[in-house]
Amino acid sequence: MTFDVTKHHLVPKHTKLSESEKSKMLGKYGVEALSLPKIMTDDPALKKLDVKTGDIIKIERKSKTAGASEYYRVVVEG
Amino acid sequence: MAINVHKKIENISFGLFSPKQVTGMASAKIVTPELYDKEGYPVDGGLMDIRLGVIDPGLRCKTCGQKLKECPGHFGYIELARPVIHILFVRQIYNMLRSTCKYCGHVLVPETNLKKYLVNLDKIGEEEGLEARRRKVKDIVDKHKIKDKCPHCEKKLDIIKLEKPYNFYEGEVRITPIEVRARLEKIPEEDLVMFGYAAGFRPEWMILTVLQIPPVTMRPSITLESGERSEDDLTHKLGDIVRINQRLFENINAGAPEVIIEDLWDLLQYHVTTFFDNEVPQLPPARHRSGQPLKTLTDRIKSKEGRIRHNMAGKRTDFSARTVISPDPLIGMNEVGVPQVMARTLTIPVRVTEWNKEYLKKLVENGPKKYPGANYIIKVDGRRKTITAETKDEILAELEVGYIVERHLQDGDICIFNRQPSLHRMSMMCHRVKILPGNTFRLNPAVCAPYNADFDGDEMNLHVPQNEEARAEAQILMSVETQIISPRYGLSVVGCIHDAITGNYLLTKELVLSREEALDLLYASGVDDLSALSHKDKVDGKEVFSALLPSDFNYAGKDKAGNEVKIVNGQLKSGNMDQASLGHEKGLMLRNIYERYGEAFTADLLGKISKLGCTVLARRGFSMGIGDLDLTPEARAEIQETINKAEKDALSLIDAYYANELEPLPGRSLHETLELRILEALNKARNKTGDIAVKQVKDSAAVVMAKCGARGNPLNIAQMTAVVGQQALRGKRIERGYNGRTLPYFKKNDLGPKARGFVRNNFKSGLTPNEFFFGAMTGRDALMDTALRTPKSGYLYRRLSNAMQDLKVEYDGSVRDASGRIVQFMYGEDGLDVSKTKNGILDVKSIVHDVMGGAK
Ligand SMILES: [Mg+2]
Ligand SMILES: [Zn+2]
Ligand SMILES: [Zn+2]
Repeated sequence: MTFDVTKHHLVPKHTKLSESEKSKMLGKYGVEALSLPKIMTDDPALKKLDVKTGDIIKIERKSKTAGASEYYRVVVEG
Repeated sequence: MAINVHKKIENISFGLFSPKQVTGMASAKIVTPELYDKEGYPVDGGLMDIRLGVIDPGLRCKTCGQKLKECPGHFGYIELARPVIHILFVRQIYNMLRSTCKYCGHVLVPETNLKKYLVNLDKIGEEEGLEARRRKVKDIVDKHKIKDKCPHCEKKLDIIKLEKPYNFYEGEVRITPIEVRARLEKIPEEDLVMFGYAAGFRPEWMILTVLQIPPVTMRPSITLESGERSEDDLTHKLGDIVRINQRLFENINAGAPEVIIEDLWDLLQYHVTTFFDNEVPQLPPARHRSGQPLKTLTDRIKSKEGRIRHNMAGKRTDFSARTVISPDPLIGMNEVGVPQVMARTLTIPVRVTEWNKEYLKKLVENGPKKYPGANYIIKVDGRRKTITAETKDEILAELEVGYIVERHLQDGDICIFNRQPSLHRMSMMCHRVKILPGNTFRLNPAVCAPYNADFDGDEMNLHVPQNEEARAEAQILMSVETQIISPRYGLSVVGCIHDAITGNYLLTKELVLSREEALDLLYASGVDDLSALSHKDKVDGKEVFSALLPSDFNYAGKDKAGNEVKIVNGQLKSGNMDQASLGHEKGLMLRNIYERYGEAFTADLLGKISKLGCTVLARRGFSMGIGDLDLTPEARAEIQETINKAEKDALSLIDAYYANELEPLPGRSLHETLELRILEALNKARNKTGDIAVKQVKDSAAVVMAKCGARGNPLNIAQMTAVVGQQALRGKRIERGYNGRTLPYFKKNDLGPKARGFVRNNFKSGLTPNEFFFGAMTGRDALMDTALRTPKSGYLYRRLSNAMQDLKVEYDGSVRDASGRIVQFMYGEDGLDVSKTKNGILDVKSIVHDVMGGAK
């Protein structure tokens, strides 16, 4: 039995962006995917997501200042 | 003949002089250690030979024919009787000896590998630079140093050892510098490329056969008041070298025994070594007769006082200053008091125009000594002239439009004021100069907080911008007014402290003044519009304070005691002005004023408020004495009783512990439970006695200061009047010291309050010796803790700020680094500029209220 980290209250929700969401998001910030913060393919939070390098992961966090905030990471080889 | 010796330096190259170059460029050969003849004239062939340059007025250089200050000086040389090793190249010589063959001179790298290495080295040199190449050479040399035989001539080789500082041994036999030199001479040019030698350089030059004598101009002698000459350290050292060298020559020529020659040779080696470096670890430094070590060549270059860090990297100007700071509540918050003596050195360049010519002439007339004056003028062609009593008239006559006068610092000039450590931008702020008598910088106590300054000997720096752009930038971006609101927490970083708070507190709390007194007070605080004050004969303190506030200001908040502070239409209706309203990092009132009326108004108002507070206190009188800590006999008895009871409780807890009747707390051992229960009992008693004491001394100055937040807290008062309380080390009662006890004064295994650091006396009554010792223990622990933590947290902060220094908030609200990589998608996740908020909160309600026209 292994512990499912995504169920832990300190692990924020990770979701994979679809291709159209991805280009929309990159367009919004006007950047290449590689200018984004990174996350490795073997990150425990991505275990159930079926990701490949180049995918963009949206992370929805609880925030002390803003209530909720969105963060994006590009998947890299890990 | 006026030869212009000033040349432009295009490049500098570092290398070795060959003996040929040394003799070729020398203008004199030095043969005698004598300096001057009987008439005091430099001896020919001596160390002060005038072919090496002149340092005496009136003499002419024999080499270039110029006078003192014109002749740049010329090198000489001496021929050494026997070669000596150049101490600064010992490492290289050693490497070279170890990695070459003493028979054929080749590098100890097999022919086949050699080519490969060379290609490899050139590639590294080209791609990664010289430093990488040098490292690679070291690797190769280390790999191929003497194994047992030469790969070229197959002859057997011995291990060579370096005995520091400069003796080489092959097995047990010493290799003399002559032999070393001979071996280095054998190394063929092609193999030198391996070691990174540029074409034309030879390794045997590292063994000195001739020694350059530096020109006299770089080692001038000074004439003492007694008329005696005192020679430079370098001249002394050179004298030693020449003397020993001469003796060595004589002994060799006379065919003296080899032992004597060896000794002299060694001495020569020592002198030449210390001439270059007098701090060679294995050698005793050469000393003056007084015992202080000579300052030779290396000392001139290295370290903080050396040429590089002191003279080349550390330039001094007339535009910055540093001195002790002291407080002056009477100058503005945006002013800085500058001592007049300093102002006479600090200058500002002003271009002469038609309109300021007469004014500047006046300053020139005053000169450098009389304030306000001027120190220099710069002519149209850029030439600088010092204003002195002699040159003054000439300068006045020629002064015309287009000249620049460097005038003294004057009132109202702009400067940048700074205190280290400069951790945030408020550590450097722009102030206006106010020239004051005395020798210290003066600053308004209100700006102590942003600089983190106090007046226990702190020093601060002052910089004077020299042109309009710099001044404009400083004024617009850095002036104190623009820095009032902190970008860290969105509240005021400046605020009233100490007396200013106490004064306003007393004023708004209890003072009632006659109208005359009130007017006088306001006027003394810098208020010139006195119409705001009511026309009653008796004026309440709150009304006096309200006279400072704008008549349309509304504010509701809390004071330190938790009472409502209400300001309606510029009238303080309820509450007292204390630290919660006036202090820094608090002061929502100041924040509101800033938002409503702008930075200049806030700065001005804060200045007036703090002046008002100080003036009130000065006129009312405010002092504290030992009598402030007096308690009534009843209160004293009550306190004693409380402590006695607590101590008894503690003892009965201990008894219960030994009788095994103590109920352990969940998750604690029996002993831990006992400790916690005792601590609890004693702390409760301490708090209770504190309350009794504070209640008793409520009208004393100490309590007033603690109440309004000016200085001190109720705990301090309790410690002075009631009980100092439990001393704790690392959250526990004191248990260290002797086996089973804290001090030999106590019985073994005494767990009672007294024996474990409970101080039942107060500072007024005095502590018993063992109580005092416990106090010293915790005091020392706290001191060490801060001393160890400060540099650690300082370093942590430095790394953090260096890592984040090029992060920038873009127009879309994202935070990116210098190469455009995103760090945060929304600054601080909420995208708020904290300095535009109130303590991090965007007050939407009041914004809506204001947008709607301020209607109720
Ligand atoms: Mg200090
Ligand atoms: Zn000369
Ligand atoms: Zn050989």
